Amino acid sequence: MLLETSGLTKRFGGVVAVNAIDLAIAEGQVFGLIGPNGAGKTTLINLISGHLRADGGAIRFADADVTRLRPDQLARRGIARTFQSIRLFKGLTVLENVLVGRYVRSRSDALASLVPFRDAARPERERARLLLERVGLGKRAGAFAGELAYGDQRRLEIARALAAEPRLLILDEPAAGMNPTESAALREMLRELAAEGITIVLIEHDVRLVMGACERVAVLNFGRKIAEGPPAEIQADPAVREAYLGVADDA
Amino acid sequence: MDGLQQFFDAYQTTIGFIGLNAMLALSVWLTLYTGQLTLGNAAFAGIAAYGSALLTMKAGYPFPLALACGALLAAAVSLPLGATVFRLRGVYLAIATLAFGEVVRVAILAIPITGRGQGLVGIPPKTELWHIFASLLVIAYVCARLRISTVGRAWAAIREDELAAASQGIPVRRYKLAAFVLGALIAGWAGGLGAHFDFAIQPDEFGFARAVQILVFAVVGGIPNVFGPILGALLFTALPAVLQPLQEYRDIFQGVILVLVIVYLPRGLATLLELRRTARLRTVGAEDVA
Amino acid sequence: MADQIYNAVFIGSIYALFALGFTLVFSVLDILNLAHPALFTLGAFTALFAMQQGVPAALAVLVAFVVCGAAGVILDRVAFAPLRRRNAPPLSAMISSIGVSLILIRLIQLQYGPDLQAYPAGALPAAVFSVGGLELDTLRTVIIGLAIGLMLALTYLVRSTRLGRELRALAENPRAARLLGIDVDRAIAATFFLSAGLGGIAGALYGFATNSPFSQMGQSFELKAFSVMIVGGMGSIPGAVLGAYLLSFGEIASLTFLPSELRDAFAFGLLFVVLLVRPRGILGQRDVDRV
Repeated sequence: MLLETSGLTKRFGGVVAVNAIDLAIAEGQVFGLIGPNGAGKTTLINLISGHLRADGGAIRFADADVTRLRPDQLARRGIARTFQSIRLFKGLTVLENVLVGRYVRSRSDALASLVPFRDAARPERERARLLLERVGLGKRAGAFAGELAYGDQRRLEIARALAAEPRLLILDEPAAGMNPTESAALREMLRELAAEGITIVLIEHDVRLVMGACERVAVLNFGRKIAEGPPAEIQADPAVREAYLGVADDA
Repeated sequence: MDGLQQFFDAYQTTIGFIGLNAMLALSVWLTLYTGQLTLGNAAFAGIAAYGSALLTMKAGYPFPLALACGALLAAAVSLPLGATVFRLRGVYLAIATLAFGEVVRVAILAIPITGRGQGLVGIPPKTELWHIFASLLVIAYVCARLRISTVGRAWAAIREDELAAASQGIPVRRYKLAAFVLGALIAGWAGGLGAHFDFAIQPDEFGFARAVQILVFAVVGGIPNVFGPILGALLFTALPAVLQPLQEYRDIFQGVILVLVIVYLPRGLATLLELRRTARLRTVGAEDVA
Repeated sequence: MADQIYNAVFIGSIYALFALGFTLVFSVLDILNLAHPALFTLGAFTALFAMQQGVPAALAVLVAFVVCGAAGVILDRVAFAPLRRRNAPPLSAMISSIGVSLILIRLIQLQYGPDLQAYPAGALPAAVFSVGGLELDTLRTVIIGLAIGLMLALTYLVRSTRLGRELRALAENPRAARLLGIDVDRAIAATFFLSAGLGGIAGALYGFATNSPFSQMGQSFELKAFSVMIVGGMGSIPGAVLGAYLLSFGEIASLTFLPSELRDAFAFGLLFVVLLVRPRGILGQRDVDRV
């Protein structure tokens, strides 16, 4: 297993946002995480990426206990993520965002940069451009991240996460605010990434996207895991239908 | 030629202070560029000024060695200080560093060897103008090149969004500390040069007012690149000399300029130098420091 | 001993009045108004000017309140309002206030010079009375009483009046305040009037007590006020009062184990320790380290 959580718990005041969650995600899997708003999905992700400290339980990543590590340490070990509320470096260019994303993969060129007229970052820039081509932002490399359209910002955030060549990629509602065309392109990209062997955790409201892209899905409700299994099984589960899909059906 | 010589003789002190202030402005630029508001650099300059002056006066150290020791002393003090204060942000960080500066000032007043309130007088005038400007050139170059390196990008990322920066694997606290300590080193070097330029130093020269003044140089100049702080230091150091005949009103001029720049050129005077629209958009100023 | 306590109460009251105005603007608008010390100085000199025209001291304090309050409102219109309109961050406002401070102090110097001044002879009460063997002078005692009265009045105003409710709503969330139908511009103007007015009264009273107003008199209070606000809790009114007396008593107590030239080190050392141990201060509620 690449990522395992056991009994993972987080409380906010009296509310148990994440309640004794056990997950086991195999290397190369595309794992979906669904549930109604406020079910604790994002809190769970924040625990795994180190942005929140767990009150109980443990997280193992690549056979090591990572429960108490900081986000930057986890990034170094190969966990990359995007944010539900896009968190790009808005005042930096699209290209610079990707370059920062390559931080864990590039050697510090602080000293090399002191040599006059030398462009120490050149090879990294080439790589970043290729990545931007891939997500369809090649032409916007010089624009400011803050100037991009919403869907483009989501794609840039994915490109930034991919720049780190992660072992585990966590996507927090990547299709939110995307139109159907963009969403379809995203589904295609997820398939490609999965084929390359990147393990993906996908949080998403777009049921079609989740059911189409994921091999395994876990459902959260009120901080608890109420079901887990292959998409078809989940869609048939009565508890899930009641808690989540039923609501979606009505809508 | 003669006219030029006269000009230099008349304004030698002012010209020297332009260079010294530009270095101090760059020292605070490092932390501002990282999005952190710190006000400890006047104190670091003070620590190094007293340290290096005492070394040349009382211990007979050669001038360059004394300068280096002073700057290293300032950096050595900044390291544990930064390690403790960088758990704070925004005004809290600013006030903590300010309090440190006042503790330094009071400490100088309390230690007899510093001459206390009377100041340290009779420092050998070893600093030549070219020392100041050669130092400024090197420091500005290093800052400019660092800005476009992985380190500078990490600093910019921290300024834009600390949490997202950490998610990219950037050890945020360490980078903030690096900017702070490097700033202290630069401030210390400038402080040592200043002490040997001016014959005498007093504790008040390194207090709250000075810390704020250094901040003003950098912010009014603008912090998108290293030219902003230098420009700010040039303006606010040369202006009082130029306005000598209007000496009584010069604080008023400075105050008006300060308000006008913040209100109408929020990203500093450097904005005026950027002609392309995109270039203007990407400038960084007070607006970007939390 | 009793004499020292009396002194601590006096200086603590001035610290509190000074810091209250400072903290009021911070709590409502998140601005560190570095022109506050200049307004304090303006208060002392406004009272001086009034008394030189023959106005009695008690009325001169009122004049200082009104003049400084008005100056505070103008300060906001000139230096802060344009920044607020484009949502500039607090640092911009802080720098802008430094500019205003430079201008104000120089204007005072143009009129009165940089040196110590004195209030007209006989204009201030000089009587001394004794209570239980303790020599108290009328002036300081009146000042203490007035300061405490003002603190209570401000607390009442913020807690129990409509304006106070509006200010608290504004501090909580400016956009929501506007939606609730609060006249935000009026509430901000009131904040600056009160803040600057209190600063002006503090300046006038301190000027009376020392009888030597000078153009830089606000400076040392500025640094002390940081200490007061941080110790009590940034943006908290009761915190500022508590912090002020803690500081003044602490300073007096510190004289027994510190040499007098290190007196100021106490304030900054205390400030530093509180920031590191409990940055929100004793009565502060704000979470200063939220992610």
